[in-house]
Amino acid sequence: MAELRLMKGNEAIAEAAIRCGCDGYFGYPITPQSEVLETLMARMPWDETGMVVLQAESELAAINMVYGGAGCGKKVMTSSSSPGISLKQEGITYIAGAELPCLVVNVVRGGPGLGTIQPAQSDYFQAVKGGGHGDYKLIVLAPASVQEMYDFVDLGFELAFKYRNPAMILSDGVIGQMMEKVQLGDYKPRLTNEEIIKRYGSWATTGKTADRKRNIITSLDLDAGSQEKFNIKLQNKYKEIQDKEVRFEKIACDDAEYLLVAYGSSSRVCQKAIDIARGKGIKVGLLRPITLFPYPSKAIQELLPQLKGILSVEMSAGQMVEDVRLAVNGKVNVEHFGRMGGVIPTPNEVVEALEEKFIKA
Amino acid sequence: MTEEIIIAGFGGQGVLSMGKILAYSGIMQDQEVSWMPSYGPEMRGGTANVTVILSDSRISSPIIQEFDTAIILNQQSMDKFEKMVKPGGVLIYDPNGITRPPERKDISVYEIDAAEEAARMKNAKTFNMIVLGAFLKVKPIVKLDNVVKGLEKSLPARHHNLIPANKEAIQKGMEIVKKMN
Repeated sequence: MAELRLMKGNEAIAEAAIRCGCDGYFGYPITPQSEVLETLMARMPWDETGMVVLQAESELAAINMVYGGAGCGKKVMTSSSSPGISLKQEGITYIAGAELPCLVVNVVRGGPGLGTIQPAQSDYFQAVKGGGHGDYKLIVLAPASVQEMYDFVDLGFELAFKYRNPAMILSDGVIGQMMEKVQLGDYKPRLTNEEIIKRYGSWATTGKTADRKRNIITSLDLDAGSQEKFNIKLQNKYKEIQDKEVRFEKIACDDAEYLLVAYGSSSRVCQKAIDIARGKGIKVGLLRPITLFPYPSKAIQELLPQLKGILSVEMSAGQMVEDVRLAVNGKVNVEHFGRMGGVIPTPNEVVEALEEKFIKA
Repeated sequence: MTEEIIIAGFGGQGVLSMGKILAYSGIMQDQEVSWMPSYGPEMRGGTANVTVILSDSRISSPIIQEFDTAIILNQQSMDKFEKMVKPGGVLIYDPNGITRPPERKDISVYEIDAAEEAARMKNAKTFNMIVLGAFLKVKPIVKLDNVVKGLEKSLPARHHNLIPANKEAIQKGMEIVKKMN
């Protein structure tokens, strides 16, 4: 049987990176995700797998190191928390524009600005709608447990390489700081240079040989016509991702008349809220998006005939609720409940909001 | 079975590590566990607390406002968490440094003189294991064997020589815990 270990979410990210054959991690410390870098430094994977771990001089440097490593076809990643992820946005849009795979982990804290160090989900727009400039998308995974923090590192890399697109794990201070048991996977070996050339030689800068053309990594194209063509190609890729990669979990939806929609740590609070509400005779279920892009719009639409109302629960002023409303398109009343600035909603508050907005109304 | 516990005291009392050992003990007997520390500004003020949940089924929210058991090791934590124990729940506290003992009548209150006992055992570091012993006497949700296995998992190998002293401290805590109401 695989090894079971009690770990923090941030530690799980680090352990998963080493075990999934990551070539390099470049980061800069910030609460509440500093344990990612700390764990990697303590584990010294450069002795074990040859993985590079580097504390850069800034977030900007870290994301540009990721850009460079990704351009060489390497499996590279960075992690930070909200203010640090804002600093990385220029690099992220360049990486998306150059169609390179990489993994970015955001352990979200309350904002705006330096905000607070407590957990929040107020970076949803930034993760899902852009963040940097231009028409690009990240593949966004939202773990709700420490096990998923571990599993989504490998999954994030797999999707990033499959679509040559940056992937993001959008977590928060709760999942990053809490410990749960984690089933560790086996070690995957890092790819050798020969394997990288074989798999990614058509685009990666692995050293030009006489028998092929130069591979150029760039996000610049001064010709509007060809830049539009490139944009259309990107949009087709995003559509393919939307068609093929949606992931979600449904809990207690079979007989549900009301639906909670929540991701990450909010979805954990909502699971408890469901127990409380069902104790009061309210038939409520939970739809938990696991991918935030692509969003599980269809899964929500399929539930509409049985629903009287939908409550989007987020630790924000109401960001994901816009995607729920887009999916629902006015057919059912959609409301938002959330706390902000690092405050975590209680299960009772969620039930009260549900009663207030739908049942008493 | 689901047991929702808050352990709260000063930083340095072993609050977080006690929670970790308890969580590992749960894993040793195939339970689901969660361990959620305070990491915010409050820990900068010297207090530390951790929510530990052990359950036979999937754990929903790792953050909760009501507890089956509160283990309280300083006055600030008493002020904050006494009112958050579920009716019929358990409060275990060390009277050392407590100026206002718990007042609730609808919960079971236990006292554990762990600081004094640790001093008597001439090993201040066993303080948190004496407290853990008291908890396990009141709520025997994990077996002592599994706690020892949990200690083996959560202590680095170089400290495994300390496990017998920790086990002794747990047993001492089980002996000396007192029911107060």
